[in-house]
Amino acid sequence: MAFDYDKYLRPGKLPHIWCPGCGHGIAMKGLIRAIDACGLEKNNTAIVSGIGCASRLPGYVDFNTLHTAHGRAAAFATGVKMAKPEMNVIVVGGDGDGTAIGGNHFIHACRRNIDMTYVIFNNSIYGMTGGQFSPCTPTGAKASTTVYGNPDPTFDISKLAIGAGATFVARTTAFHATQIDKLIAEGIKHKGMAVIEVLDDCPTTYGRRNKFRSVVDMMKRLKDIAVPVAAASKMTAEQLEGKVLTGVLYKEEKPEYTQQYAKVIAKAQGA
Amino acid sequence: MAKKVALLQGNEACAQGALYAGCKFFGGYPITPSTEVAEVLSVELPKVGGKFIQMEDEIGAMASVIGASLTGSKVLTATSGPGVSLKQELIGYACIAEVPCVIINVMRGGPSTGMPTGPGQSDVQQAKWGTHGDHAAIALVPASCQEIFSETVRAFNLAEKYRMPVQVLFDEIVGHSRERIEFPEPGELEVIDRQTPTVAPEQYKPYDTSFGDVPPLAAFGSGYRFHVTGLNKAQDGFPTTKASLVDDEQRRQLRKVDAAQAEIEKNEEYLTDDAEVVIFAYGSTSRSARYAVNELRKEGIKAGLFRPITLWPFPEKRVAELAKKAKAIVVPEMNLGQMVLEVERVAKGDCKIGFLGRVDGEPINPGQIIAKVKEVK
Amino acid sequence: MAERFEIRFSGAGGQGLITAGIILAEAASIIEGKHAVQSQSYGPEARGGASKSEVIISDGPIDYPKATIVDACLAMTQESADKYANGIKEGGVLLLDSDFVKKEPQGDFKVYKFPITRTAKDDLGREIVANVVALGAMIALTGAVSREAGEKAVLARVPEAFLELNKKAYALGYEKVKELMK
Repeated sequence: MAFDYDKYLRPGKLPHIWCPGCGHGIAMKGLIRAIDACGLEKNNTAIVSGIGCASRLPGYVDFNTLHTAHGRAAAFATGVKMAKPEMNVIVVGGDGDGTAIGGNHFIHACRRNIDMTYVIFNNSIYGMTGGQFSPCTPTGAKASTTVYGNPDPTFDISKLAIGAGATFVARTTAFHATQIDKLIAEGIKHKGMAVIEVLDDCPTTYGRRNKFRSVVDMMKRLKDIAVPVAAASKMTAEQLEGKVLTGVLYKEEKPEYTQQYAKVIAKAQGA
Repeated sequence: MAKKVALLQGNEACAQGALYAGCKFFGGYPITPSTEVAEVLSVELPKVGGKFIQMEDEIGAMASVIGASLTGSKVLTATSGPGVSLKQELIGYACIAEVPCVIINVMRGGPSTGMPTGPGQSDVQQAKWGTHGDHAAIALVPASCQEIFSETVRAFNLAEKYRMPVQVLFDEIVGHSRERIEFPEPGELEVIDRQTPTVAPEQYKPYDTSFGDVPPLAAFGSGYRFHVTGLNKAQDGFPTTKASLVDDEQRRQLRKVDAAQAEIEKNEEYLTDDAEVVIFAYGSTSRSARYAVNELRKEGIKAGLFRPITLWPFPEKRVAELAKKAKAIVVPEMNLGQMVLEVERVAKGDCKIGFLGRVDGEPINPGQIIAKVKEVK
Repeated sequence: MAERFEIRFSGAGGQGLITAGIILAEAASIIEGKHAVQSQSYGPEARGGASKSEVIISDGPIDYPKATIVDACLAMTQESADKYANGIKEGGVLLLDSDFVKKEPQGDFKVYKFPITRTAKDDLGREIVANVVALGAMIALTGAVSREAGEKAVLARVPEAFLELNKKAYALGYEKVKELMK
C-alpha cells in the first residue's frame, strides 16, 4: 500500500513554494516517512526552521511548527528542547541558513550534543533570494553574485558537524530517496545532536547558471558523486576525487545536554 | 512574621523578582553590567525546576527564550546596550509572533562597546524604535532595588497579559548599587499567567481576534498544533500577503497596547501640584531630581518631579497637562537628548523645555539639576 | 547621626574593600534598620588598580545613590589615596594605611593612620583580613553603626571556620583607632 503522506500534511497548505525539479520535496517526503517509522506523536513533535526555501517546510506539515528568523532555528529549537525535553525536536533548513548566518548556533548545538535532529537541505545556493553563492557553493561555480566564478572555498557540512561535536552525522542525496528516511529515522532515534545532510539541487538558480541542461542531469550528478562509506574504504584517493561519502559518517554515544542539565537540577535541589 | 529582608544589588533584585513572577527559563550571554542577573538565576532556577542556559551569543539567547516561551514557560533574558542591539532582530520576531518574554537592559554608555562599567540611559529610544517595522513597545524604568524587584514582576505580568516582549531598563547605578529590599510575601504582588485557549484544538487559531485584541496562546506540546512565523500572517498563523489581513494584524498589534495605556502606564509625581518647574526624570536620574526638588523648595523655588515608571507607552496625556500648568519642564537624562524629544512633542510649545544631558560615565548630580532649573525658570 | 552620612573605602582591587562596604551597609540597613546604599566603581582589571566602595547611611530614604561629599574616607594604597581621597567634608576624617600611603592627601579633615595591612599580617597572621581590620577601624572612627552591629554583620558574612579570625580582626581595628583617638 502506498504511503499516506496526507496523514502528516496540513490540509489546504499545498501547493508548496518549491520549483519544479527542486529536491526539497523529496527530502520532505523522506522526513515524513522517517517520523512515521519512528512513531513520533504529532502533538509531541516540534519542527523548527529558519529562513529560505527549505525553511518553508514547517508550514506544510501538521506538528508544532516554528518558522523562525534567518539562521536562528537551532537556537530557537534549543530553547524549545531545554524547556520541554520530552518533546521531539526536528530542525530543517538550507545550507546558507544553517552554516552562514546560522553557523554559530549550528556549531554550538552540535557542541552541546542536545537531543535534536537537524536535517540540512544542501542545494549549495541561496535559492529564495535568487541564487547568490552560499558557503556550500563549489569554488569556481556561477551564482548571481559570482558571475566570474566563485572565489570562495566551501564548507563540508558533515565534517563541520563532526568537528563541532555532533554525535550522529550522516549524508545522502535527493537521488537516494529511500536512504533519506532511513538516515533521518536513525538520527531521530539517536540520543543527542544528529545532523543529516541531504544534498539536493536548485535547477532554477544553480542548474541554469552552471550548464546543467536538465533536472535529470542534476540528478545524475548526485547519483554519480555519491559513494557509500563502506565502498569508499576500498577506493583509492584518485578514485575518490570529486566524490562525496554517503551513509552514516559518524556515530558515538555521549552525554546528552538536557540529561546533563537534569543532573544540574538534581544537584541544585540537593540530591 | 517579619518579612525577609536583604541587602541586594539591583541586578540581584531583578533575578529575585523574576523568580517571584514564576520565571522558569533564562537564556543569556555574559555582558557587563548585567551578568549578576544571569549568575543568580543559574543558581536559583534549577532549584525550582527551571532552566538556565548560557547561549553562544546574544541573538541565540533571545531565540532560546522565544522558543522556551512557546512551550508555555515564563522567560527572561538580561543584557546591556550592545546585547540589545544584537537582540533587536528577534525582539521584532517576538513582537510580530506575539510571544511573551521579558528583556532586561542594564544600561551602560554607548554606542558600540562604549563604557561597560559606566552608567548610561541612552537606550531609551532604542527600546521603542530598535527593531525594524511598526510594533508596540512596553518599557519599564525602575529607580531603586525594591522597585526593580516589583517592576520585574510587573514586566512578566504585562508580557503574559499582552502577549509581547516587555523591556525593563535600569542603569548601571541601580543595577550595581546595593539597597535593602523587603521580599514581598507570595500573593502580595499580583502575578498574571497567560491566557490559554478554551476552544477545541481543531478550532484553535493562534491569532483569533474573536477573543479580543490579545488572542489566547497555546503551548507547544499541549495538544494544540499550530504554526508560528515571523512573516505577516493571518489569524490562523499562516503567512499571508493579502493586503487587508496584513493591515488588520499590524494595526491590532499596536491597538492592543494603545487601548490598554491607562492600565500599563505608571508614574510617580512629587510636589507637582503647584510646581512651576517640573523635572521629568526616570531611573537613577530621578533620584538626583528628587534631591534637587527638595533643595530647590528650601530656596523657595516651586519645583516638582514627574517620574515615569512606564516609559513606553509614553505618558502623553499627563505630560501634556503638566506642560499646560507649568512654566517649564526640565529633562535630565544620561544621554544627549532622547526622552526630551517626546516631552517636546507632547508639550507642543505650551511651556519652556530645558534639557540636561550627561554621557561621561558619571551620574547627573543634584547640583547640575538645580542649576539647570534656575537657568530655565 | 546626620540626615545623610557618607563613607568611602578605597584601595587596590582584590583587597576586599567592596566587601567591607557591603558589610557596613548590611549593618546599617539590615541590623540597625536604617536606610543604606552601597555602590562601587572599578576599572576593567579584576585585581589591582584602584577601586572604591561607597556607603550612604541615612535615617530616611536615600535619593541620590552616589556619594556627594564624604564624611569619612579610607585609603589602603597610594594610588587609591591619590585618586579617591578627595571630596572629604570639612572636619571629616581620613584613615590611611601608613605603610603604603607615604604622600598624605592634604585638606580640612583629620588624618588617622596605622599600618593596617601589616597589623593584620603580624597580629593575626592573615593579611587577607586587612579589610575587616579597616572596617572595624572606620566604624570606631565614625560611629556610623554601633560596634555590635558591625561585628554582627561581619560574622553573618564569613564561613564558620573563619568566625574567630574575623571577630579578632574587627576588634583589633576598632581598638587601634580608639587608641589613636585618645
